[in-house]
Amino acid sequence: MFKKLTQFWSAIRQLSGDDAYERYLQHHAEHHVETPPLTREAFFKQWQDGKWTGVKRCC
Amino acid sequence: MSINKKIMWGLVAVLGAYAMSTIATYRGETINALWLITAALCIYAIAYRFYAAWIAAKVLVIDETRATPAERLDNGRDFIPTNKWIVFGHHFAAIAGPGPLVGPTLAAQFGYLPGTLWILVGAVLGGAVQDMVTLFLSMRRNGRSLGQMARDEIGVVGGSAALVGTFMIMIILIAVLGLVVVNAMKHSPWATSTVAATIPIAMLVGVYMRHIRPGRVLEASAIGVALLLFSVLAGGWVDHHETLRVWFDHDGLPLAYAIIVYGFAAAVLPVWLLLAPRDYLSTFMKLGTVLLLAVAIVILRPDIHMPAITQFTDGTGPIFGGKLFPFVFITIACGAISGFHALIASGTTPKLLSNERDIRMIGYGGMLLESFVAIMAMIAATVLEPGVFFAINSPAGVVGKEAIDAVAKINSWGFAVTVEQMEQLAKDMGESTLFARTGGAPSLAVGMASIFGSAFGKHLLALWYHFAIMFEAIFILTTLDAGTRVGRFMLQDMLGNFNKKLGETSYTPSVILTSSIVVAGWGYFLYIGVIDPNGGVNILWPLFGIANQMLAAIALSVATGILVKSGKLKYAWITALPLTWLVAITTAASYQKVFSEDVRVGFFAAANDLSTKLASGILPADKAAVAPQLIFNQHLDAYLTLFFVVVLWVVVIDMLRVTKRYIQGKPTLPVSETAYVKTNLLT
Repeated sequence: MFKKLTQFWSAIRQLSGDDAYERYLQHHAEHHVETPPLTREAFFKQWQDGKWTGVKRCC
Repeated sequence: MSINKKIMWGLVAVLGAYAMSTIATYRGETINALWLITAALCIYAIAYRFYAAWIAAKVLVIDETRATPAERLDNGRDFIPTNKWIVFGHHFAAIAGPGPLVGPTLAAQFGYLPGTLWILVGAVLGGAVQDMVTLFLSMRRNGRSLGQMARDEIGVVGGSAALVGTFMIMIILIAVLGLVVVNAMKHSPWATSTVAATIPIAMLVGVYMRHIRPGRVLEASAIGVALLLFSVLAGGWVDHHETLRVWFDHDGLPLAYAIIVYGFAAAVLPVWLLLAPRDYLSTFMKLGTVLLLAVAIVILRPDIHMPAITQFTDGTGPIFGGKLFPFVFITIACGAISGFHALIASGTTPKLLSNERDIRMIGYGGMLLESFVAIMAMIAATVLEPGVFFAINSPAGVVGKEAIDAVAKINSWGFAVTVEQMEQLAKDMGESTLFARTGGAPSLAVGMASIFGSAFGKHLLALWYHFAIMFEAIFILTTLDAGTRVGRFMLQDMLGNFNKKLGETSYTPSVILTSSIVVAGWGYFLYIGVIDPNGGVNILWPLFGIANQMLAAIALSVATGILVKSGKLKYAWITALPLTWLVAITTAASYQKVFSEDVRVGFFAAANDLSTKLASGILPADKAAVAPQLIFNQHLDAYLTLFFVVVLWVVVIDMLRVTKRYIQGKPTLPVSETAYVKTNLLT
């Protein structure tokens, strides 16, 4: 039961983008160790701008 | 398949067939909404389990061992291999907007049956197939857009058509949605103040996410949702306050201007301040309310009071003119088949898929869920007494301005309703009147309020009503913001071909210029819709439907062309069949909208009729004042419709040309599918 709730919570976090920075850090650590990662604020700025370029919502 | 499973699916089929035949043949006073839900769920289950699975396995030949673009091009930003449930959530939030709520509500004038059948059949054989196949094709092409695929595979013509089509739809869609919101806010201090409050709330959430606690999306959204619920409550206080209520009590026109100014501001302001936070709030609201509605319908099992089929199938309906064929298929686009989805299915979503096998659930399943939302909207509209439904949705231009005339007219159609009943209902809902509140939002809100009210407490009807209005308004405004912005980007992209500087998305003069053009485009149609005594929705919604079906036809043409070129001619009917139907209904509807002699259907007929009346001086002064604008607009709409249908045929003929060349063994543009790479993600 508790495990299910944790899974549900992490799904919500992922869906909403709440954990986007943590995922970015993980991706960064795996693929781009040579450069320092962006700060949370800088990352979020970039992430949000990227998210809203193009057709993202429908009728 | 094991014997147990065979038995189970057999039972589902029998139950579905039984529910379906009950809906189709039952002619009593009322029918329980659960029949619609049962029929829908059985049909979706069977279609998903068998048709979609067959398409995935035999037609598309899904390969689980093939690496997806998300895996190959993983950059931690837009290409990210993602869990299928998460992708499903993103995809559904992106495709499902206000369309599936408005269309079925309007189409309920034909009775519950025609719309329901079209929503089910259209989704299962048309919309869901389009979404899934487009998603597949884009996934096999590194997430390329519909326009790019059209250009690469069919030719330049198809590509440009998709681009222009998208831009036009955007303009019409925003105008009609703006009109829906205006009609919901007209002379309603409660609704207007609540909707107005969503703007500062969104901004507060935006500032919180960006500066106070960067990236804490859920925290910020929770605060926002709480404030939104509070704003519904506070709207009631405003409504009861002598001086405050005057500030928010307005005619349609000032509200339309406010929306136009707002739209411009939303397009030029940075996304983090308004658009992004509003989108979070609307997504949470949307998912929450849809879920709540489903639960309430199941708990309450409301009866549907609308007849299965009304006399308005003959084309005399008050909400919009035109016969059942083809107009039910035009009115309900979203929920049955929506061309717009092809843009989502060929944009963000294919870049997230971690395995090819997920496309059935996301492409096909996502559309089935939207279709289910449309069924719920149909239920919410038809649980109302038909007399009440028509009183709310019939424009003053058709039934008359005075309540007594409207009631007499509706009674003459055989639907019982009284002035007192409408007054009581308006009072229960906390509104001054509910007559002629066209656009679908108020009647949907009344329907939802009565469902929620019966399930969770009747004394809160006014609160539920304004909650429903707020819920619709918030994601209509999201679509408006996002749409204006997309229109701006597309325009900047096009202008960039002539002047490099104008093509830069962050160059301020270009931002202001292109935003102004887009806002002026939809603002014009919104303005005309508001001054039109027939309510405007009856003109704009069919235009939107035709445009959306045209885009679907483009997507299906591209899909059919690619299937043929990939050597799958014998399976090409899966997209060719819905394509043929769409071409038929869109052409028929366009023909009637342009050439019909009926003034309530044909644009030219309406323009001529109005000109004659204007010339002979029989129009009252207020109508005569706006008549020249309405006449001009009818002409414009006629040419716009012609334009849509010509674009549609150009793309279809281009696809047929490519198909013919392929069959004759002549060279065609090569299939641009990326090469096979083995996945490393399979466990």
